[in-house]
Amino acid sequence: MSGVRVLVGTRKGAFVLTADGKRDRWTVNGPFFAGWEIYHLKGSPVDPDRIYASQSNGWFGQQVQRSSDGGKTWEPVGKEFAYDGVPGTHQWYDGTPHPWEFKRVWHFEPAAGDPDHVYAGVEDAALFESKDGGLTWSELSGLRGHGTGPQWTPGAGGMCLHTIVQDPTNPRRLFVAISAAGAFRSDDGGRSWKPITKGLRSKHIPDPTAEVGHCVHRIALHRSRPNVLFMQKHWDVMRTDDAGDHWREISGNLPTDFGFAIDVHAHEPETVYVVPITSDQEHFPPEGKLRVFRSRSGGNEWEPLTKGLPQRDCYVNVLRDAMAVDTLDACGVYFGTTGGQVYASADAGDSWAPIVRDLPAVLSVEVQTLP
Amino acid sequence: MIRVELPAALRALSGAGREVAFELEPPVTPRAILDALEARYPVLRGAIREFGTERRRPLVRFYACRRDLSHEPLDAPLPDAVARGEEPFLVIGAIAGG
Repeated sequence: MSGVRVLVGTRKGAFVLTADGKRDRWTVNGPFFAGWEIYHLKGSPVDPDRIYASQSNGWFGQQVQRSSDGGKTWEPVGKEFAYDGVPGTHQWYDGTPHPWEFKRVWHFEPAAGDPDHVYAGVEDAALFESKDGGLTWSELSGLRGHGTGPQWTPGAGGMCLHTIVQDPTNPRRLFVAISAAGAFRSDDGGRSWKPITKGLRSKHIPDPTAEVGHCVHRIALHRSRPNVLFMQKHWDVMRTDDAGDHWREISGNLPTDFGFAIDVHAHEPETVYVVPITSDQEHFPPEGKLRVFRSRSGGNEWEPLTKGLPQRDCYVNVLRDAMAVDTLDACGVYFGTTGGQVYASADAGDSWAPIVRDLPAVLSVEVQTLP
Repeated sequence: MIRVELPAALRALSGAGREVAFELEPPVTPRAILDALEARYPVLRGAIREFGTERRRPLVRFYACRRDLSHEPLDAPLPDAVARGEEPFLVIGAIAGG
């Protein structure tokens, strides 16, 4: 019987949650790397037992861990992320030039086709790749070097490259998102890049329609339709039908269009999920009600999904990398909260139940569907 | 025999015991100790000193003989008691965070 494996990164360690295809009885393993911040774990699409984990803390810096047995055991691999050439500067909070300094890995994206090929999105924002299973890393410096890099500024959470999306039909096409620089696309495997921000509008920057400076929180796509991207921006939920060349707002009837996480149903490319958060100051759900909103029309019309979720006195956040879907016939949807809960829905969001309630603050959730 | 004490997070990371002991030719300096430590436990590279610059990471401290030696040059000789193994060289994670 098929099953799922949920990879959870938290402020104080990693957890691996497993269940069979019914997704009603769960086994919790962990914490792995107890005491360390695990920003992200993700498995290879071609070898699900190959998983990469970003382990870091403020004292001792970055570690990269690799598993080859589905998260049962781990080995440290390469952790030296050296910017290509002279790193140069970006803008600091006060507008002055500030040298690029590596701080941590926010996101790993194992590449299609080769379990040893993996991309890493880091703070200060840059894209790295490894082709030897994480032993060594090299920067795809065309991103920082394409021209707008010196204008990039950090958001409140730092200047991080947190989203990497590979076109499943064209591995040479990559999308990345950076807070607070925007979204970018490469059509040559990451060698050259261009901003894809036309149509974005951000009131918090001097020119609301500037090419860079937008605080993009997350991008998601459906593998059958890779030119259609959905974006949760700092404010606004957006959509493009031409791989980012033009964006339009699809916030519609959401109670607030601020939020972090966004994902797409595994089998319905027009079904999208977001978790609205009150505002950039109030990082909790409106009215203390934890609600996932689902659109079955590709945006604009949204319905609240509440069954099994707390509908009073709930003041947690759901971070950008903390929502994922499985690919079972009845699509499963999962998200984690800063309160330490990981919720699962085995019916595409109609109803929810917590897998665990009391983990450390959840930073990321990824799901693997196992044969 | 040089003695080095590691904080819990680095012991868990490296698999080292609470105290690591090894022989070291003089002069015994923080750099010489860290070089030897990282040679034994490569996973500690970058965890105590930054890659490239080899500067002490900001929230790491070096203590010995009841003194904070964090701001001493990495090539400054350590107290004789450390060189003789009578006192350990302490790698400390500074008090910070929750």
